[in-house]
Amino acid sequence: MDLTYSTKDEAFRAEIRAWLKDTLPKDLSEKVRLGKRLSKADIELWHSLLNARGWLAPNWPRAYGGCEWNAVQRHIFEEECCLAHAPRNLPFGLSMLAPVLLAFGSEAQRQRFLPRILDGQDWWCQGYSEPGAGSDLAAVKTRAVREDDHYVVNGQKTWTTLGQHANWIFCLVRTDPDAIKQEGISFLLIDMNTPGVTVRPIVLIDGEAEVNEVFFDDVRVPVENLVGEENKGWTYAKYLLTHERTNIAGVGFSNAALATLKKVAGQVQSGGRPLADTQLFAARMAQVEIDLMAMAMTNLRMVSAAASGKAPGAESSMLKIKGTVIRQELTSLLRRANGPDAQPFQSDFLNGGHNAEELGPEHAAGAGPNYLNMRKLSIFGGSNEVQRTIITKSILEL
Amino acid sequence: MDFNHTEERVMLRDTLQRFLGDSYTHDHRRAVIALERAYDETVFSALAELGVLGALFTEEQGGFGGHGFDLSVVFEELGRAGVIEPLLSALLSGSILAGMGRDELVAEIITGEQIIALAHGETDARYDLNHVATTAQAQGDERVLTGTKTNVLFGAQAGHLIVSARESGDVWDEAGISLFLVPIDAEGLTVVDHPNLDGTSGATVTLQQVRLDPAARLGQAGAGFAAIEAAVARALTALSAEALGAMEVARDLTVAYLKERKQFGVPIGKFQALQHRMADMLIEIEQVRSGVILAAGHLDGPRPERERHVSAFKNLAGRVAALVAEECIQMHGGIGMTDEYALSHYARRLTMIDHQFGDVDHHLMRFTAFGAE
Repeated sequence: MDLTYSTKDEAFRAEIRAWLKDTLPKDLSEKVRLGKRLSKADIELWHSLLNARGWLAPNWPRAYGGCEWNAVQRHIFEEECCLAHAPRNLPFGLSMLAPVLLAFGSEAQRQRFLPRILDGQDWWCQGYSEPGAGSDLAAVKTRAVREDDHYVVNGQKTWTTLGQHANWIFCLVRTDPDAIKQEGISFLLIDMNTPGVTVRPIVLIDGEAEVNEVFFDDVRVPVENLVGEENKGWTYAKYLLTHERTNIAGVGFSNAALATLKKVAGQVQSGGRPLADTQLFAARMAQVEIDLMAMAMTNLRMVSAAASGKAPGAESSMLKIKGTVIRQELTSLLRRANGPDAQPFQSDFLNGGHNAEELGPEHAAGAGPNYLNMRKLSIFGGSNEVQRTIITKSILEL
Repeated sequence: MDFNHTEERVMLRDTLQRFLGDSYTHDHRRAVIALERAYDETVFSALAELGVLGALFTEEQGGFGGHGFDLSVVFEELGRAGVIEPLLSALLSGSILAGMGRDELVAEIITGEQIIALAHGETDARYDLNHVATTAQAQGDERVLTGTKTNVLFGAQAGHLIVSARESGDVWDEAGISLFLVPIDAEGLTVVDHPNLDGTSGATVTLQQVRLDPAARLGQAGAGFAAIEAAVARALTALSAEALGAMEVARDLTVAYLKERKQFGVPIGKFQALQHRMADMLIEIEQVRSGVILAAGHLDGPRPERERHVSAFKNLAGRVAALVAEECIQMHGGIGMTDEYALSHYARRLTMIDHQFGDVDHHLMRFTAFGAE
């Protein structure tokens, strides 16, 4: 047991920190720091900077342009990026589609799609959820009917995050309506510029249209866009739920959120002294900090074990639950720390309007919307209740 | 970074696990407690022979371990078996004595020849280590100790007590606290023992004009606080690890029960209301495992870092201990509350660990205080 970073790890950290200092544009990190909304161009710029340095795909094999970093290196990278207020990487192509292509796709598919994820030609979104298939993902109804060398797709996906920017979508579609529900599903890649694809934004509780509905109306998809075998899509989707979810605990995000919370609570006043000095609020902050310290270690332990070949079982579910509970608690405390100033809806400021000045203390504008937005954490990616069922199934074996 | 134990520690753990698995059954433990014996001397000697006490001290101190992870490995196993023998007393007094260069006494602790108990707690001190109302007045060369020490773990079974007493300053001052080695048969010393709820033994120690010669003082006059705090930091790490071991057994008993117990025609583990609570418990126990690693890993670090970590994870262990004790009893139903069944013993220990050297609230506030420094 050794909790110290090796000299090599420290050098790695220094290299990343120096690179971030030189490369991450200040106006971009300021947006992230203040919880402002990022444009498509912001995210594309960040990806292109990482890609130019060869750091865009930490978990991919080197042969496909990845870094092959170990668990500790990925942890360090994430920690440094979050501390520098870098934007988060878009996970859809990098860490959702790519692992599936690497494990189950054809070499032709890897050669065709992976480079385009790295160089930003493609923006992927995820077509899993449907109006009738949320946590019960295997209930997907979107139909794909084989006609010669095409599938004809009809149906609807929903909660498609940032689908308004995407040109490709990976979908779970039903190819065999007569099989039991897990067995008739296929994993299909669909060009969103194909006739018959319609995207409609959904404005959410924080006032932003982050997610969309995607409609498919007789969309013709070439059969070479099928990943793996027909009717095996459920296996591929499940693979993603237990593997390659390296960032599921969100330790870096939480560390950055805690630092912001401490700063705000040290500045705003309550009863004539900093809020951070009131015993009740200090205790609330301390408890979540302790939980976060432990969770960062839980994350490192589990990710390391997974990397050394031990199959991840219920571990990613544990990390998902604890990680999201902590992140949500931090957003809740930041919202409350802002007191009455959490109320104004400062849409212009959040959208980066040049004349908009923030009302209230720094971070007040983003605190409420971010708290509301982050309710999604315990719902998406398999709700926390679904994760609890996975954990108990693996230990109770009933 | 490396999250695996060294070969030596794995061996220590396996040896201890085998020994306790064979000889420290639930029935054995109940029998010792039922006979109103504070502990089983045979088991304690055997543990000493196995080197378990030696593992708590460094080579320089006469042991072969002494690092945070040695403590956590040992105490996790002690918690798993529900050991009531005085290993925590040995850790506390041995740590203090080793720091004072009293190697001959540390050697007696390591061999199990002598129990030396730390008599520090007082009625109004609650969990604050700096509160010492017991006085040590100078009369010529001698020091005369007067005061009352409460909840002295294994005080009545000890050959000597390490008594904290004030030579200068106010009751709450860190400075001015001295430590004295007091033989159990010293004139003016009264020790009244009592069983604790978890099967361990405590004592109330009254000092009425106990006269000590100058050699009885351990270390410098008035400089005892740092030694007490450092020893307690080790005890806190040990307690968190012990709690972890106890939690894992309580969890295993409960998982087995959920599979076996039928109600409404199905094993109760089929009910989602129980499944999800079990899942939450598992997550929290993993958190405690991480916490123990962090506490143990910072135990040899500088004081603020050490204290911040031991307080953080005593708080976490205390929170989760209560969760596990309460939830495991609830999922078992009435059977979980019976003395005959092991769970009630683990639940008692898990509950009482929160009352040793600071509960969840104490350590939450302490964590905040050290964070601000």
